[in-house]
Amino acid sequence: MVTLDDYPVTTTAWCPGCGNFGILTAVRKALVAVGLAPYQVLIVSGIGQAGKLPHYTKCHTLNELHGRALPAATGAKIANHELTVIAVGGDGDGYGEGGNHFIHAMHRNTDITYIVHDNQVYALTKGQASPTSDIGYVTKTTPEGAWAQVNPITLAVASDASFVARGFAGDIEHLAKLISLGIQHKGFALIDVLQPCVSFNTRNTFRWYRERVYKLDEDATYNPNDRAAAFQKSLEWGDHVPIGVIYKKDRPTYESGLPALEETPLVKQPLLNPLQFDPLLEELL
Amino acid sequence: MDFTFMVGGEAGQGVQTVGYILAKAMSRGGLYVFADQDYESRIRGGHNFFRVRTSDSQVQALSERIDVLIALNKETVDLHRAEVKEDGKIILDLDALKLDKDEALFLNVPMAKLALDTASTKLMVNSVAMGAAIGLVDYDFELLGKVLREQFAKSGQEVVENNIKAARAGFDYVHQQKKGEFKNRIKPTFAGKRMLISGNEAISIAAMAAGCKFMAAYPMTPSTSIMEYVAEKGKPFNIVVVQPEDEIAVINMVIGAAYAGVRAMTATSGGGFCLMVEGLSLAGMTETPVVVVLGQRSGPAIGLPTRTEQGELEFALHAGHGEFPRAVLAPATPEDAFAATVKAFNLAEKYQIPVIILTDHLLASSYSSIEKFDLSKVKIDRGQLLSEEEVNKLGDYKRYRITESGVSPRALPLQGKALVVADSDEHNEEGHIIEDAETRNKMMLKRLRKLNGLKSELGEPLFHKAPKAAMTLIGWGSTYGAIKEAAAILQKDGLAANVLHLTELWPFPVEAVSSALNTAPKSYVIENNATGQLARLIRTETGIKATGNILKFDGRPFSPEYIVNALKKEVV
Repeated sequence: MVTLDDYPVTTTAWCPGCGNFGILTAVRKALVAVGLAPYQVLIVSGIGQAGKLPHYTKCHTLNELHGRALPAATGAKIANHELTVIAVGGDGDGYGEGGNHFIHAMHRNTDITYIVHDNQVYALTKGQASPTSDIGYVTKTTPEGAWAQVNPITLAVASDASFVARGFAGDIEHLAKLISLGIQHKGFALIDVLQPCVSFNTRNTFRWYRERVYKLDEDATYNPNDRAAAFQKSLEWGDHVPIGVIYKKDRPTYESGLPALEETPLVKQPLLNPLQFDPLLEELL
Repeated sequence: MDFTFMVGGEAGQGVQTVGYILAKAMSRGGLYVFADQDYESRIRGGHNFFRVRTSDSQVQALSERIDVLIALNKETVDLHRAEVKEDGKIILDLDALKLDKDEALFLNVPMAKLALDTASTKLMVNSVAMGAAIGLVDYDFELLGKVLREQFAKSGQEVVENNIKAARAGFDYVHQQKKGEFKNRIKPTFAGKRMLISGNEAISIAAMAAGCKFMAAYPMTPSTSIMEYVAEKGKPFNIVVVQPEDEIAVINMVIGAAYAGVRAMTATSGGGFCLMVEGLSLAGMTETPVVVVLGQRSGPAIGLPTRTEQGELEFALHAGHGEFPRAVLAPATPEDAFAATVKAFNLAEKYQIPVIILTDHLLASSYSSIEKFDLSKVKIDRGQLLSEEEVNKLGDYKRYRITESGVSPRALPLQGKALVVADSDEHNEEGHIIEDAETRNKMMLKRLRKLNGLKSELGEPLFHKAPKAAMTLIGWGSTYGAIKEAAAILQKDGLAANVLHLTELWPFPVEAVSSALNTAPKSYVIENNATGQLARLIRTETGIKATGNILKFDGRPFSPEYIVNALKKEVV
C-alpha cells in the first residue's frame, strides 16, 4: 500500500511559510489517496518556485523550461499513456509565458492534471506583476499598477477544459481532494491554487484569501456540469472567491482519438523491422 | 542524351502534376531524372514552373537550358523563351493563350479543343500537353499512359480513361502533324528500375524505418510535406503525428515523448526553428535525444517563403543558449538524406543529444531517380538504453551518472521502478537542482565529453580529387550535384578542379578538410547564401582562408552553368 512515507520531503529552497509547502503536502496526500506509487507518476514542471516541486519528493521528473511544461507533458503522455502525468507551474509560467499552450492543452484534452500555484505575483524574480495580479497592484515593473488581470477559471471554461477547479493552499485537505479528483478525471484537469507569497505579495495574504474563499461543494444547488453556471461562477472574484470543482465535462481525451495507442502504449511497441517499410519504396518506383 | 522539359503556368493550373508525371514517365523508361520546382507563396495565379531534366546517365542538378517548354499561360512564354535552346520548342495553344502570331519557336497544339473533343472537358488540357510533349520526342506513350492511370486512379475509372484519351490525342496530333518540326528524340532504355523520390520523402521514410514513433510539427514550407507524408503513410505503422499550436509546443512535445522513451522528431524551417531554439538547449541540458529537420528557405524573417537558401548553417551550429553538444548533418542528395536521417536517430540516442538535419528547399522538393534504398542496411542503435532487467538490478538509478564517455545509461519511466529525473537547471547525478561550482563543472564536462565519441562517428567529407587540380571547389548540402557537374564541365575546358563536399558539418571534420585543402593552390567555397558561412566556418576551424566565394542568395538554386561562369570570372 502506498503511504505518505513513499513520498518523503527533501530540503527545499522555498521561503519559510510559503504556500508551496501546503501544495506539496496536498499533492503527496492526493497521490496516496489514489494509490499511486512514485514510479507510476511523472511530474513535469515549469520554472519558478513552483517548478521545483517535483525535486522535493519522489517521482519521475521532467523539470522543463519556463512556460513549457504542458507540451512536454503532452508528448510524454502520448508516448506512454500508462503514466500518470501531472504538470506543475506558477501563474506567470502557465498563464503568461505558457498561455498559448494552456489554451490548446485544454482544448486538446490530453489526460494531464495541471496544478497552477497561483500567487498572483512573480516570486522567483522578486516581486513583479503576474498575469493574475489584481488590477492596480503596484510592483517595481508596474509602478502605475497592474493594468489587466487574466481570469484562468473563465478562460478554462471558455476553452471547454474538461475539469476546472480552484483550491487554496491554506486548506490542504480540500486541495488534496481536488487534486485526487483531477488525477482520477480522464482528461485535462486544471487546478488553480490560490497561494500566498509571503515574501512578495503583501496584498493577497493567507488572511486575505481565508476571509474570501468559500467552498462550492457545500452548495448543493451548484451543478458543475452546467457550463453557463460555471461561467457565472468563474467571474466571482473580490469579496467572495469560490473554491472547489467549478466546471466538469465528460469528453474524449486526445489520446483516445489516436488509433496507434489503442492496444498498447507507444513506448512499449517494439521497433519494426525496417524491411516492413519496403511497400513505401515500391510506391515510388 | 541530356534533355530538359519545363512546364510553366499559374498556381492552380496543375504545373506540379504535369511535371511530376513527365518525370515519372522518364524514370520508368530507365532514364535518370532530376526535377526541381519553383513556385510562389500563393494558391492561385502567379507563375510556377516544374523543370524535368532527363538523361541516360546520372543527373543530379538542374540545367538552365530548356529543350521543350510547355506553356500553360502566356507569362510562361515571356519569362522562359530566352532559356529555350535554338533547336528547342515551346508547346502552347495559340488560341487559349490568345496569341495571334505563330513563331518558329512555337509548336502550336490546339490543346483546349483536343481536350474538349476527346474527353468532353477542357479540364484534361494538361494531359493533352503531356501527350504532346511525349509525342514530340517520340517517347513511348505506354509509359505515360501507365503513370497517368496510377496518378488518377483515386478519381475513378472515367477520369483515368478521359485523361488517357486526352493525352493520346495530344500525342497523335503532334505525331501526325508536327513530327518534322523537332528532331531530338528520347528513347527509353529500360535500364534499371529506380525510384523517383524527393529529399523530404527520403527523410520521411528513413525516419519511419529508423523507428521514429512520434512526430510533432507545425506546417511550414519546405518541411510540411514530411509531416504530411508521415501522418498518412505512418498510420498503419502506428506512428503518431501531432500538429500543436506552435513550434515551441512542437519541440517540447518532442522532448516529452523522447524523455518517455520513443524516438521522436520534428521538421520545420528557419522561422519555426527560431521558436524551437530554447527547446533545443533544453534537449542539450536534459540530454534528451531529439531529431530536428531544418529545411532552409530564403530569409531573413519570412523572406522568400517558397524558395531555397543555405542561410542557416551558423544558426544550426549555434542555436540555443549555453554550450552543449549537438550534431549537424547536411545531406546532399535523397540517398544521403535517407542515410543521414537513420544516422541522426542513432546519434541522438547514442549520445543523448539533439541532432539537426539541415536541408533546404531544393533538396526537400526536388525529385531524383535513384536506386531503391536497401532497407536491410538500416541499423538501429539505441545506445545505452537500459533494459527493464538492467533497470531492476540497479537499485538507485542516477539519470546523469558521470561516466568517462559522458553518456549516462538511460532508463525510461515505468521501466521497472527506477525514477527518471531530468532537469533544465544544472543538476547532480540524480537529476536534482544544484548551485555549487564543483558539480556544475563536472556536469558541463560530462556533457561536453560526449563530443569525443561523436567525432569518431562522423564520416569523411566527399572528396573527388582531380589530377593536377588548379583549385578545390567546396560546398555543403544540396549543392553537390551542381558543383560536381560544374567541375566536370571545367575539366573539359582544361581547368581541373577537386570537389570537397561536406555533408556532416558538426562536429567539424577539421583534419579531413585541412588536408583536402592542401591539394590544390586555390579554393572556392560555393554557397547558396550571401555571406559565405561555410567559408567562415572553415577558417574558424582550420585557419584556412579560401581564395574566394561563389555566392547566390536570390532564392534560386545553383545550376552547373552558373557555377562555371562565376568561376571563370574569378579565375580570369
